[in-house]
Amino acid sequence: MREAEHLVHKYLRSSKRFPHIWCSGCGIGIFMQALVRVIDQSEYSKDDIVLISGIGCSGRLPVYVDFNTLHTTHGRALTFATGIKLANPRLKVITVMGDGDAVAIGGNHFIHAARRNVEIASFILNNNVYGMTGGQSSPTTPHGAITASAPYGNIEPDFDICRLAEAAGAVLVARSTVYHTRLLERLIGMALKKKGFSVLEVVSQCTTYTGRFLQLNSPVEMLKWQKDNAITVEKAKQLSDTELEGKIVIGVLVNRERPNYHEQYQSLLGKKSKV
Amino acid sequence: MKKAVRKQVLLQGNEACVEGALMAGCRFYAGYPITPATEIMEIMARKMPGASGVFIQMEDEIASLGAVIGASLAGSKSMTATSGPGFSLMQEHIGYASMAEVPCVIVDVMRAGPSTGLPTQPSQSDVMQSRWGTHGDHPIIVLAPSSVYEFFELTVQAFNLSERYRTPVILLVDELVAHMREGVILPTRDSLEIEDRPHPTVPPEWYIPYADPGTGVPAMPAFGEGYRYHVTGLYHDVRGYPTVRTDEVEPLIHRLFNKISKDYDRLQWFDAFATEDAKITIIAYGCVARAALRAVQQAREKGLKVGLINLKILWPFMRRTISGILENSAKVLVPELNIGQISREVKRINQSRCEVLTLNKVDGTPIKPAEILRTLEEVYS
Ligand SMILES: Cc1ncc(C[n+]2csc(CCOP(=O)(O)OP(=O)(O)O)c2C)c(N)n1
Ligand code: SF4
Repeated sequence: MREAEHLVHKYLRSSKRFPHIWCSGCGIGIFMQALVRVIDQSEYSKDDIVLISGIGCSGRLPVYVDFNTLHTTHGRALTFATGIKLANPRLKVITVMGDGDAVAIGGNHFIHAARRNVEIASFILNNNVYGMTGGQSSPTTPHGAITASAPYGNIEPDFDICRLAEAAGAVLVARSTVYHTRLLERLIGMALKKKGFSVLEVVSQCTTYTGRFLQLNSPVEMLKWQKDNAITVEKAKQLSDTELEGKIVIGVLVNRERPNYHEQYQSLLGKKSKV
Repeated sequence: MKKAVRKQVLLQGNEACVEGALMAGCRFYAGYPITPATEIMEIMARKMPGASGVFIQMEDEIASLGAVIGASLAGSKSMTATSGPGFSLMQEHIGYASMAEVPCVIVDVMRAGPSTGLPTQPSQSDVMQSRWGTHGDHPIIVLAPSSVYEFFELTVQAFNLSERYRTPVILLVDELVAHMREGVILPTRDSLEIEDRPHPTVPPEWYIPYADPGTGVPAMPAFGEGYRYHVTGLYHDVRGYPTVRTDEVEPLIHRLFNKISKDYDRLQWFDAFATEDAKITIIAYGCVARAALRAVQQAREKGLKVGLINLKILWPFMRRTISGILENSAKVLVPELNIGQISREVKRINQSRCEVLTLNKVDGTPIKPAEILRTLEEVYS
């Protein structure tokens, strides 16, 4: 309790008119708390951190916390983040995006930010749905699910955000749920430390829409669903693809090294062309 | 000490733009290749590292302007350059920069549209898009050079205006001005007046990010300087937090307009040639103003009382200057490489004071002096 109070006073903006906009039971708040806890234990001061979001329920996160905060346009958080990081590499740049934000409208930016390996810790709150606009299908909505824009069931296959990140070149790729808070904090910490483009997919509940479509009628049921379906990377290795169907594989999926963009750019500085 | 003699150099328009940007202090460029603007990007790629600045080729124009706005928030003067199709993609972020009040410069080297259109030919068909391309009411500043030197000069001014008013500024250029080469003598950096965004004079605890200090332009620190604040494209209160309160929404949009409109008197930039006794005055900009100047000189030799106003600022439209012209001329001729975009604005403010004639060319070739001269002779009476 004491710790929570300390964090509230230290990191939430006293000047911001609360309450927040999220529905009760939404997973975004759990992630926000975890993020703040990890930052509190880190070397970064509040002035060093730039927290950038796109548009969506998740996009509203930065406004509540006392960092340099930027609420951008739908899908484009990583483009602003790239500009900020390159203009001032001393800043710790963090993005928070929704699933639609990151891999539908922002899919192209996501691929190229990963390929370039700009040092950005990117957190994707995957609630399998477009929350803010009222529960339409997103690229991570499961096949067959009923949504506001797929009233007869979703006929599209869903995206695996982590595999996309891996293929595009992210140096750290990991997944957690908001139920697994300890793991969540550990992975947030790893992402913040990584000197390149890191992706943490955070499986989260949209109680208002996903919950309704999946007929999970309370936040507790949804968290239980996360718990029951999650399986660690280590255990997953022993299972076949069919056995893994419908499971949420959690833990570190990829952790590798390669020069990041601004380290390489540094070596160009001072170069003058003869032309 | 002997003053160094500045040498004349042969520069292409797009090259002059880069020279102007670097002299104005631009240290961040993000872009995507597109004809006829590509040279700006390629020269930036060569020069930025030597100037301790950043160059990055992004995945598209949406990303380019996003990165430019981000870099500007981090404290760098930033720009991008494109042509019609890319300019269309940038529109959402132009509105963002306007709403969040982030200084940035966008060059649009126009091509004829719609769509992929005529990539390599001169055109002036983005005049209205530069004014109203992004959604919603918003102010905008658009400059239009008509020579290589002017491209240099107006690029410097584009940065100055964007910093002074914390607003996106667009340089609207035609392919002719962008690609032609002219001998120019560039000034030294010291001889130029370079403006920077207003910086807070109070400590962080006292800082209110979107409070009007009286000038209409709030102070802007860079991210990381200790002034932690929130930036959003939503309507926001003085602290930058989203709001739907009518008493906060309306003052914001009015302030965005007023910070520029209060200075309309300072923003009347044009060259006037032989206008004092002109019965017909030509209103032109960009490469068309060059042809018009020639036509006016030839007409004067023939004894026709005609003059020319060459517009350097397209938006905000120079109502005051143009009204004076409409008051004192019997006829006004507006030649343009489009279906009639500035002429529409001239007609709007004319209110039947004089006859407004147009000369529009949309076949992908420039308007020649002879064509303007012929029109002048036809309508002169
Ligand atoms: C260019 C653009 N298109 C559409 C929208 C409308 N819009 C707002 S939020 C959103 C989807 C949000 O879903 P997601 O990114 O998954 O985030 P969540 O709300 O679930 O956190 C959409 C489509 C927009 N703001 N901008
Ligand atoms: S709509 Fe869903 S994602 Fe948005 S706040 Fe409510 S529960 Fe959370």
